[in-house]
Amino acid sequence: MSLTVLNAIIAVVIAIGFAALNAAYLVWAERRGAGRIQRRPGPNVNGPFGLLQPLADGCKLMTKQLVIPGGADKALFMVAPVLAMAPAIMSFVTIPFSNVVVAKSMDVGVLMIFAFASLGGMSILFAGWGSRNKYGVMASVRAVSQAISYEVPMLITVITIVMMTGSMNLHDLAVAQSGGFWHWNVIPSLSSPLMPVSFLIFFICSLAETNRAPFDLGEAESELVAGFHTEYGSMGFGLFFMGEYANIVIGASLITILFLGGWGCPFGLFPSVFWFLLKIYILIATFIWIRWTFPRTTIYGLLNLSWKILIPISLFNLLLTAGLLKVF
Amino acid sequence: MGAYFSEIFRGLQSLAIGMGITFREFFKPVVTVSYPMETIKMSERYRGHTELVENEDGTPKCVACGMCQRACPSKSISLASKSVEYEVEVKGEIKTKKKKVLTKYNLNFTTCSLCGQCVESCNFGAIDFSKDYNLASSRKEDFHFDLLERLKERNS
Repeated sequence: MSLTVLNAIIAVVIAIGFAALNAAYLVWAERRGAGRIQRRPGPNVNGPFGLLQPLADGCKLMTKQLVIPGGADKALFMVAPVLAMAPAIMSFVTIPFSNVVVAKSMDVGVLMIFAFASLGGMSILFAGWGSRNKYGVMASVRAVSQAISYEVPMLITVITIVMMTGSMNLHDLAVAQSGGFWHWNVIPSLSSPLMPVSFLIFFICSLAETNRAPFDLGEAESELVAGFHTEYGSMGFGLFFMGEYANIVIGASLITILFLGGWGCPFGLFPSVFWFLLKIYILIATFIWIRWTFPRTTIYGLLNLSWKILIPISLFNLLLTAGLLKVF
Repeated sequence: MGAYFSEIFRGLQSLAIGMGITFREFFKPVVTVSYPMETIKMSERYRGHTELVENEDGTPKCVACGMCQRACPSKSISLASKSVEYEVEVKGEIKTKKKKVLTKYNLNFTTCSLCGQCVESCNFGAIDFSKDYNLASSRKEDFHFDLLERLKERNS
């Protein structure tokens, strides 16, 4: 076996391991965090601090029977959960965790991640359509319209960043911000005075892209039972669940690389993978915090927010940055 | 245009306020009682099933008059008694007297509606509400309480 193939396999195994571990323990963190916010302890029975809870959940999900409803499109029904998980894992391959820790540094890394992120919407569509369930279809229609409308401002913001740095390589994007927090993209500079706004837009969009509350219209229990995964049980549901958390990690990593200086230390000392992990976990904690603070929006409010507020502002920011880059 | 931006800013402001509230709540102590491991003390007014009240010497206060049995709208109480002769000294001479002693006091908790009529009707303060609420069982027989037996168990 050639070294490159071995390299790729190891990279994928590590990516899967990292994604699965994160998915499992983010569920735990989310439930504990939700508990604290609501002044209850959360899962604390299995193991110290309930740390064995993900293991118990996993055993439970894996031992259940996978029921395929009658009349469902079998192929789509089976492929949807895998499609929810696979892009998330693929995206890990190109994310640089530090100067050296990266599976495959690609010149079109940003583009690749967004291409795979769009596949996530596809899996939701397959799941809703394939399970032949009216709630599932309704939910997937919502989720897809949401995914489309939030990819637009997200990508416009990314174009702004790419324009400033002149590279689509995630590694280069992070290196361009090295050396102290005043170099980070989130801090406004002469050529890009609206960067904090961009950061906010990107943050909101990544919440919406990962189908997190308050934008989890695809899983609105009060209207749509369980949304697109109504018909899924056992590990089919488990994969959707893990895919969601893996996507959260990707979203946090992207925000870190694009805006918060990647693996750079805020004071310009010892850039390492530690800083990267610290930043993404702070962002994930914020995601959890937001989820348990705000109620779910309506679908109209959701789409209005994107088309009437986020897109105009991000477009304006793009034009402003383009103009100022020419001047300075 | 001004309204558009002020709406955005007011929205952001209210979001920040909400986040602030949950942030503060996060660091407040947990109020949950981990039920099977710890239980809360029930208040004075809590009405559980009835329980016999005892004298200082551990015998039931009940004189087996049967008022509670009659007062019960659901016929949940059944009691039995026997006559016991005892001697008492009145003005220097010993007399034999008879009194009723409770031999059985069964409460059928499956039909009891916790109305408290039995406690109301008792002239001797011989029954009272217990504070017991851990009463789950899958067997009907577990809710036929022998209150006399429970009194003995309490004292032993």
